[in-house]
Amino acid sequence: MIELRSVTHAYGDRPVLHDLSLRLEERRIAILGGNGSGKSTLARLLNGLIVPTAGSVSVDGLDTRRDGRAVRQRVGFVFQNPDTQIVYPTVEEDLAFGLKARRLPRDEIARRVAAALERYGLARYRHQPAHQMSGGEKQLLAIAGVLVLEPSHVVFDEPTTLLDLRNRRKVIQLVRDLPQRVVVVTHDLDMIMDFDRVVVLEGGRVVADGPPAEAVPAYVERLG
Amino acid sequence: MLGLYLHRDSAVHRLPAGAKMGGLLLLTAVVLTLPGAWGALAAMVAGAALLAAARLPPGRVLRDLRAPVVMLALLFGIQALLAGTGWQDAAIAVARFAALILLATVVTLTTRVMDMVDLFERLFGLLRPLGVNPAKMALMLALTIRFVPLLGDLVREVRMAQRARGVERNMAALFVPLLVKILTMADDLTAALEARGYDPADTGSQR
Amino acid sequence: MLSTRDLVLCALFAALLGGLGMAPPIPLGFLPVPITAQTLGVMLAGTILGARRGGLAALLFVLLVAAGLPLLAGGRGGIGVLMGPTGGFVLAWPLGAVITGWLAERFASGTSPVRLFAVSVVGGILAVYAVGIPWLALVAGLPIEKAALGTMAFLPGDLIKAGVCAFAAAAVRRAGILPLHA
Repeated sequence: MIELRSVTHAYGDRPVLHDLSLRLEERRIAILGGNGSGKSTLARLLNGLIVPTAGSVSVDGLDTRRDGRAVRQRVGFVFQNPDTQIVYPTVEEDLAFGLKARRLPRDEIARRVAAALERYGLARYRHQPAHQMSGGEKQLLAIAGVLVLEPSHVVFDEPTTLLDLRNRRKVIQLVRDLPQRVVVVTHDLDMIMDFDRVVVLEGGRVVADGPPAEAVPAYVERLG
Repeated sequence: MLGLYLHRDSAVHRLPAGAKMGGLLLLTAVVLTLPGAWGALAAMVAGAALLAAARLPPGRVLRDLRAPVVMLALLFGIQALLAGTGWQDAAIAVARFAALILLATVVTLTTRVMDMVDLFERLFGLLRPLGVNPAKMALMLALTIRFVPLLGDLVREVRMAQRARGVERNMAALFVPLLVKILTMADDLTAALEARGYDPADTGSQR
Repeated sequence: MLSTRDLVLCALFAALLGGLGMAPPIPLGFLPVPITAQTLGVMLAGTILGARRGGLAALLFVLLVAAGLPLLAGGRGGIGVLMGPTGGFVLAWPLGAVITGWLAERFASGTSPVRLFAVSVVGGILAVYAVGIPWLALVAGLPIEKAALGTMAFLPGDLIKAGVCAFAAAAVRRAGILPLHA
């Protein structure tokens, strides 16, 4: 479970989140919000990439401020732009990156990388330079690079924004099939219609929270 | 990125990168210390022999060598014309370096970029007592290789955008947006590395 | 110790040097040689990242050229090019970036384009020429005065680059995106 207690966050003197308290227990949760609503900041708080100015965030009882490293092992994070997530020149090396950072034994790394190459349909790109792949393939690689670490929660920050229709469907399906707890920050309403819970943010505050059938219309109305 | 490596099935290709670099250094020292034209001659012969042993197409190698050789020849020509005196010394110097450039080109064409990068990493390991962290150097080299094509695209993209706005030759108009973009990319990339469990405090002693 | 952000900045500026080499050179009608922006990248690495990170960025770049990546303007690379007549002008880049950065940290940490220009000239031009010219003289068997004279063809272009660097670095500093002592 991920829990936020009275979280306030500001960049310098620019506040983005105001006294937010949330218990994220459902399996599939969406965070909806317009530009500047604070939703990306919220996402980054969930795995300790940033720590709140005031209040606290905990994952399975681990505080992101104190146990940042352990939290990041549990919470995978997928960003919007795959280009800045793929860090190694070729597909296989990039999949191995996070595993190496975790100091896993060599044969365990090889086993997991091989499994991920198969599972996410990347086997034929194995030795290919990442920059020769299409946007959709790159996003798949970026997601695979996170899932290969076997996190128990996965946070996605607008994973479909830069994709075409076909690749968007692929990613939506992939997210739908994940066994982990998933938190998705998005504008993509198609993606979240069968989610368990939708939290709508505006100006750094929760303005709607509930099943998609309730929260999504509230979001659309506010956009109106 | 494949680099300049030219694949052939040869003993020279199979030699470890360290042996080739070590050999190149040694030969360079020998050539530069041998008096007169002998060093240049020896290096030429060695270069030609290696070229043949590595089964590299001489045409391709000569093409790679054309720019430095033309430049050397040109400089030498001007030198001989203007100075008159001491042209033999200049000729020997030019021949020496032409031969060394040939040897170096053979090393580059027969060694994979990644093997060379691995060699650098091992050498950085030797510098550990001086405070060099080989794991960090290795990560930076890999990141650089990964991002060169992306930055190439970015340079083209920003240039095109400026041209679309009618700014043709203003380099400043190119660099400000380019730098802003790079610095934002740095933020995203830092977050991505840390999100995937990278910890800069790791000494990376285990490899 | 280098933070994750430092590593990333070094790698991105090294990659910028490579990216600038891939772009076609910019023709400036009044100069005999079209100028490639790679040395401008060296000046920017120094003024924006400072001595340590800027020098490291240029070092990474030179290492990858030595490793055989065709990153120099015109798709050139490899140890042969570095050992060739103009090799000194490339091998000097890490030193040039360190000197530019060291001076920038002390004398041009603000947004004054004049100071940034001066610093880029000393580190990005003088220091680079100080290595490149003797190297050229040695490899080409030229008297050093002649090597220096030949190099002067590049001076106008390099001065323009120092100017662009000063302008761009000042603009980035004014925007407050990256303080020198981050």
